[in-house]
Amino acid sequence: MITVKDLHKSFGETKVLQGIDAEVAEKEVVCVIGPSGSGKSTFLRCLNMLEEITAGEVEIDGEKLTDPNVDINKLRSRVGMVFQHFNLFPHMTVLDNVSLGPRKVNGVERKQAEKEAQEMLEKVGLGDKAKAYPGSLSGGQKQRVAIARALAMNPKVMLFDEPTSALDPELVGDVLEVMKDLAKEGMTMVVVTHEMGFAREMGDRVIFMDKGVIMEEGKPEDLFDNPQNERTQAFLSKLL
Amino acid sequence: MFDNLTVLFSSPHYTNALPFIWQGMQLTLIVTFVGVFIGFVIGSIFGLMRLSKNKIIYGIATVYIEALRGTPILVQALFLYFGVSEFIGLNFTAIQAGILVIALNAGAYIAEIVRGGVESVDKGQTEAGRSMGMTSTQTMRYIVWPQAFKRMIPPLGNQFIISLKDTSIFAVISLGEMTYLMRQYVSTTGDPFVPYIMLCFGYLIITVPSMIILRRVERRLDV
Repeated sequence: MITVKDLHKSFGETKVLQGIDAEVAEKEVVCVIGPSGSGKSTFLRCLNMLEEITAGEVEIDGEKLTDPNVDINKLRSRVGMVFQHFNLFPHMTVLDNVSLGPRKVNGVERKQAEKEAQEMLEKVGLGDKAKAYPGSLSGGQKQRVAIARALAMNPKVMLFDEPTSALDPELVGDVLEVMKDLAKEGMTMVVVTHEMGFAREMGDRVIFMDKGVIMEEGKPEDLFDNPQNERTQAFLSKLL
Repeated sequence: MFDNLTVLFSSPHYTNALPFIWQGMQLTLIVTFVGVFIGFVIGSIFGLMRLSKNKIIYGIATVYIEALRGTPILVQALFLYFGVSEFIGLNFTAIQAGILVIALNAGAYIAEIVRGGVESVDKGQTEAGRSMGMTSTQTMRYIVWPQAFKRMIPPLGNQFIISLKDTSIFAVISLGEMTYLMRQYVSTTGDPFVPYIMLCFGYLIITVPSMIILRRVERRLDV
């Protein structure tokens, strides 16, 4: 589903990604972990071109992101993105937040889009909040709306950029539940996270990044219980 | 001196000059409303140009904005009404020139209001829109602009009041707004005191309610 070849990304002189090679298969859940500043968020943002790619190739669902002829908007519409800070549209109701994309990007009729949006909200357990504005929701509810908003586009892949990092600890669980359901349904997911519990339980594969490269990757039980790389060991030992 | 004060209560100008105030006020309002409205269109375009990454587009907008903010509006009126019309052989009426000057002048200030408003919207909003596959135009129209516009309302209201007062300088191009008509009235009667008090109140009667409304709107937007 996703193929990344020798991906480089620099901000001016600063090299943030220094040659990433990775694959994500269909229906696979890949968790990306690593210390802050390791480039894991930048890596994720490169997957839908929120960051311009300095060098290398990214292919999603058979289309090359880096090809200048590719319709980036069309490609993005098939890649759902969930942000650390939710980025809900504060001037719209929850229902409008979720139905805007389908209406404006996919050209779905308002009635139909709203019906589907309502279904998505039910799915994340917020069916009763359709008429509310984001400002009146808790962090956990906001993030679930953000997930519903991304799902409403019927994406082939979902990217999560530290989806629970801005949440109060007691609200993390609800968001993780929704993500688990999604994983069980067979959604292809790339999750940048600090939730090792989630990575261990739901990840088909875990990638450990540091200093702009992938240091180690493998099945969660191998990587967490028997890390081979020195840096992975150091990082994991600090978490315990 | 205190004897003179009795004229404040019994001046014949109150009845005699009132029709001039009334007539002038209508033109003042027309020129201000039409001018600021066109200025808003101009300001929106140039304000968005100022946000462009394209250096030429950014440059054009910057030159326009700085040229108009850096010269007095009186000079702009003289230049446009006398200078430009002479040069291109096009005779503006005073009203056309007045509206144009307000539009161009307010447009430059509004461009900066627009730029500031758009810039104040969190980048994550744009990213959320773009990541759903919306074009940059759609993202601006449905997501960024509505939020930016809300924040632009208070400074736009201020600009309206400033432009309204600016119309008084169009007396120099014989635009028959409030100030011009009262100056004429004074020169025929030879008595300036009460008529100019009336002129002040002619402006205050528009500006004070505007400011009160504006403050209310501001308070409501805060929430």
